[in-house]
This record gives sequence, structure tokens and C-alpha cells, in this order.
Amino acid sequence: MADFLQFQGVTKRFGPLTAVNHVTFGVQKGEFFSLLGPSGCGKTTLLRMLAGFDRPDEGKILLDGKDITGLPPDKRQVNTVFQNYALFPHLSIRDNIAFGLRLRRLPRAEIDERVDEMLGLVQLRGHASKKPTQLSGGQKQRVAIARALVLKPQVLLLDEPLAALDLKLRQHMQIELDEIHDRVGITFVYVTHDQGEAMGLADRIAVMRNGVVEQIDPPARIYESPRTSFVAAFIGDTNFFEGTVSRIVDHDYCDVDVEDLGTVRCWNDKHIRAGAKVYLSVRPEKLHLTHERPVDLHDGKVNVFPVTVYQKVYQGAWTRFWVRHGENADDCWELSVLQVHSRYLLDTTPISWDDKVWLSWHADDGYMLENYDERDETLLNHPTEPAVPDAPAATVAENAASAAQEVLDGSGR
Amino acid sequence: MKRLQRRSLATFWTVLFFFYVPILVLVVNSFNASKFGGAWKGFTFKWYEKLFADHAIWQAMENTFAIALGATLASVVLGTLAALAISRWKGKIQSLHYGLLYTHLVLPDILMGISLLLFFISVGLDLSLFTVFLAHTTFCVSYVAMAVLGRLENFDGSLLEAASDLGATPWQTFWKVQFPLLLPGIAAGGLLAFTLSIDDFVITFFVNGAGSETLPVKIYGMIKRSRDLPKINALSTLMMCVTVLAVVASRMMQGLGTRQQQRDARAAASAASPASRQEGQGGRVRR
Repeated sequence: MADFLQFQGVTKRFGPLTAVNHVTFGVQKGEFFSLLGPSGCGKTTLLRMLAGFDRPDEGKILLDGKDITGLPPDKRQVNTVFQNYALFPHLSIRDNIAFGLRLRRLPRAEIDERVDEMLGLVQLRGHASKKPTQLSGGQKQRVAIARALVLKPQVLLLDEPLAALDLKLRQHMQIELDEIHDRVGITFVYVTHDQGEAMGLADRIAVMRNGVVEQIDPPARIYESPRTSFVAAFIGDTNFFEGTVSRIVDHDYCDVDVEDLGTVRCWNDKHIRAGAKVYLSVRPEKLHLTHERPVDLHDGKVNVFPVTVYQKVYQGAWTRFWVRHGENADDCWELSVLQVHSRYLLDTTPISWDDKVWLSWHADDGYMLENYDERDETLLNHPTEPAVPDAPAATVAENAASAAQEVLDGSGR
Repeated sequence: MKRLQRRSLATFWTVLFFFYVPILVLVVNSFNASKFGGAWKGFTFKWYEKLFADHAIWQAMENTFAIALGATLASVVLGTLAALAISRWKGKIQSLHYGLLYTHLVLPDILMGISLLLFFISVGLDLSLFTVFLAHTTFCVSYVAMAVLGRLENFDGSLLEAASDLGATPWQTFWKVQFPLLLPGIAAGGLLAFTLSIDDFVITFFVNGAGSETLPVKIYGMIKRSRDLPKINALSTLMMCVTVLAVVASRMMQGLGTRQQQRDARAAASAASPASRQEGQGGRVRR
């Protein structure tokens, strides 16, 4: 079955800048689809082309099999929830929601009925006669959603709809959006730069960067099997290894020689041949630290390396460690490890600064990237080394804490 | 401290004196039975009676209001369109357009009067009410455009996108969203144009022809004959009332939008705390 909504080779240029570069993908009917990426990645431009505010320079947009590329916004069965709400200040809440219905010249009774239904859906029954300026941010947002949904669009577009709300309200509206989507069953296309929102809400996420879609997958696959170093580093945190495949083991696994570290066993789902250069991503929470060398119960599928702890930040539910493999501090592997303490008090001696411990992970937890870009390493959460040996320790701790907080916002959900 | 207070109070009274005493003298003299105004010789409505009986003055009054209405309507349409064009397309041509409109605001009236006169003569247009109308429209357009531009500066463009997103054609978007929101600016510009047109003398003086005198021009002619002076006082008093009323109305309309916003913002602020509490409760109940 062809996708309900299709982008086919869509390109948009603004002067010398290519905002969207030959983007091709499809969205299924009823899906909650999220476009995720840092600012300037082209996600909003893509949304604006779908709404009809901008025209693509190349490519086609198909909705329900029909080419809508050249249609003006008012001729598309697509409605938008704007980031700043864009409610009409001179109209009451009821008139705002009825705006589109009145343009369609529907009978008054039907308009009233549909507006009342929407007011109920977004829980604003008692506010119908108020003006938008008399509402709070969350209420305005719900009016904007009702105003778009009342027209029963084929696709509802949401442009960073929660960005202007404070944290508590954002979390609440997230649940509400999810429920609304379940109830109305309309296809949602949701643009955001907040990975937490995308991971929590979307059925599938398209991660974008520099006008290109890097990966489209359900949230769990995006997190567990990132295709590129950008996806791995932008969503959550990770560790990268660069190496060469030295040996194929049992068809499904391979050995990767990593310089200055040793041989790493890795799941070879892409059936890469010996001799190929590869990049691995291993999430911090998949790595384990132990005082004793772990016993390999998985016939050679556990990677074990001796490391030294050089930074540790206690975060309540977990502790984040940064460890080093190698003697020379300027030229060694620095890895980030997340240890959840399920039985903190029962743990043997807690791991502490400068401890020499064993780092281990299962071969299945290392994931081979298809595409690697060195610049993505800057997205990783590594504490910056103090330039002077006795620089205030607080700086390091703060950096680490904020880094940990980001992970907490992102992957902790 | 006290001396300072006294001095500023003195300044205040001096300013008031020079601003309003001449006007007061005029108003008082319009009710003064004395022909020359020097001394008070008793209260009378005589001058007003004479004024109402003077057919030529009423003709001029009629001309003035016809011109003012016509010029206001024309300049409201043209000025609004000009402002829309300037705010929508930010190119070289539109900045030139803005410059041209702005020039009218600072150009001396006498220059405009002479140039318009020369222009009408060169194109062979006979001086009449029509040329006065054209001249007034010319300078009123600038004022209307500036008033609407001020309103457009704070205009949220996403409202127009939202309207078209909801199915409004460009025409519907203008009439249902943009126009209602620009209306205070348009109305203020229109009232400004109306008052400017009513009391314009210099430009009208150059471009009016036989039978197309407006009140200010007519008054200028009457000043030469002393027996008309009290009538002028009466007329000026009436005109002043109309102008003041128009200006007050214009100010009220301009302020209406912003004050309404402030009131609403206050209402929202006071409603915000219970509202957010309500939202928080909603979350707890569901869980």
C-alpha cells in the first residue's frame, strides 16, 4: 500500500542555502510522525511546504495519492497548529474555532455542534466567549489545536506546539496531545527539536540534519540502532569506536580491531566483510563497571577492558562515570558509563575516583554505524578536562551535571 | 523644593496662557455684542445668526465637508493599500515608495500648493472642487499610510498564514483577519486626514477655483472686511469644536486597541494562576 503522505525528492533553497535537500519519505494514515532535528535542519521548512506556505523548488508532495505540491494553503485538507498559536485576537474562542467552518458555509447548527464537540475535546467548554488574550498559554495552545482539528484535516501539522509552554505544562500537554491523537485518529506530523517529545509521542521519527533525513524509524529503533553517528549522538548519549573488521565469527558476529584498545566483538547485522573500516556506537548504560573481572558466560560475546575512573557524578537514580583506557591521558580512550543502582547500599565497595576497574559490555550492545562524521563527537557528553591541574573542580562537576541532565531529559523517559 | 515647585507651576500657567488665551479671546468675542471686539459690550448670539444667514459661508462649508469626506475616503483606500504594499514587499521599490510618502509629511505646504497648481495648469485641468479634492487626497494619503504602517509594524504575519491554512482565500484573509485588526489604524488615519483636509489653507489657496472656496480660504477673504470679523469669530468657534471632537475621537480609536489588549492581559494574568492549577489537577486525576 502506498503511503498516505509522500515527499518525493523535495528540495527547497533560500538563496545559496539549501534548506531541504532531496527529501523522500512517506507517512502512513493515522500515524503520529515526528520530524526531529536541531534548529536549521530543515524540519520547519518541510512542514511549511506541506502546509503550502512555501513551494518546493524540486520534487513532489502527494497526499492520499493526489499531487498537492502546487496547491495554495486554502485548497489543502491540511491544518496547522502554530508555535505561537496564531489565534485571531479580534475573535472569541468560539469564533476562532468556527473560523474554518464558517468559510466552508456550513449550516449554523452543524457549526455549533462541531465547535461544541471540539471545545469538549480540548476541555475549554466554559471559555467559549472569551478572547484569546484572556487565556493562559496552555489554553491558547488547546484552542489552536481545536481550531485545526475541527476541520477534520487529512493531516494535522504541529510546529513545535509545546515550545512556548513551561516544563510542567509541556509534560501535561504531551499526554493530552497523545490522547487527542488516539481519539481523533488523524495523521499527525509533529515538528520538534526536543528529542524527549519526539521519543514520547511519535510512532515514527525522522531525524533531520542539514536538510537531509538521516534516519526514519520508531523511537526505540532510532535509539537502539542509530544508522549514523549524528543520530547516535543527537539522541541520548553514546560512545564511538573506530576500527577494522578483522574476523567474522559465526556469521552474526565479528571481531573489530580498535587501535589502542584491542579486539572488540560486535554484532554484525549488516554482514560487513573482514577488512572493512567500521564505526561502533555503544550507549553509556550498556557499559558495566566492576571491581572483579567479569566471568564471560556468553562464550566470548562479552568485551572486557581494564579502565581507570577519572570522573564520577552521582545523579540519584544512577551514577555517571567517565573512564579511561590507556596510560597516557592525552592519547587514550575516554568513555562515558551510566550505572543504574538498583541495590546501591548492597553494592560491594562503591567505585570511586582513580579506581582501576573492569569495563564490560555484551557484543549485542555495540551497534555498527553506516555513516560517521567526526564533528558529531562534539555532541557527546564528555567533561572538558580542566586546562590547569588545580582548576576549580566545580566547573568539571557542573559540566558533567548538565551533561547528565541532558541525558535525563532525553533518554531517561 | 517649594521654590522649584512654584517656578514649575508658573511655567505651567504661562504655557497655558499663551496656548489657550488667544482661543479663549476668539470664543468670547464670538459672543461679544461689540463689533470690534476690544471691550465687552454684552452677550449676544447675533454673530451666529448673521453667520447662519450668510449664504456664501454655507457654500464654503459645504465645499469643505464635501472635499474632506471625499479626500478622506480616497486617501483611506489608497493609503491603506500603500501601507500594505510597503510592509509586504521589502524591496528597493517599496523603500522608495515609503520615501515618497514620507516626503509629503515634511514638504512645506507652499511648495506642494505651487507645484500642484503648476501641474494642474500644465495638464490643462481647470481649477475647481475636483482639483482641491485631488490636492487634499495627495497629502492625506501619506498620513493614512503612516498610521496604518504603525499598526502593521506589530502585525503577526502568522495570523494570515493561519487564516489561509484554515481555508480562507487571500481576499477572505484580508477582510476577515487583516482588515479588522488594522481597522483602528485605518480609522485613526482617516480622522487625521479629515481634520487636515478641513483646515488646510495654504494648498487649497493655490488650487481652488471660482466657486470652490473652502472655509479657511473664505475666512481669509473675509478678514479684509472688518464688518465680517465677528462672524469669523463665531465660525472659528464652531470649526474648533468640530476639529477638537474629531481629534478626540481619533485618539480614542487609536488607544482602543492597545488599552483593550492591556485590559485583556491583566485579566489573563489574574486568570493564569487558577487556570494552571486547574491544568495540574487534570493531570493528577487522570493518573
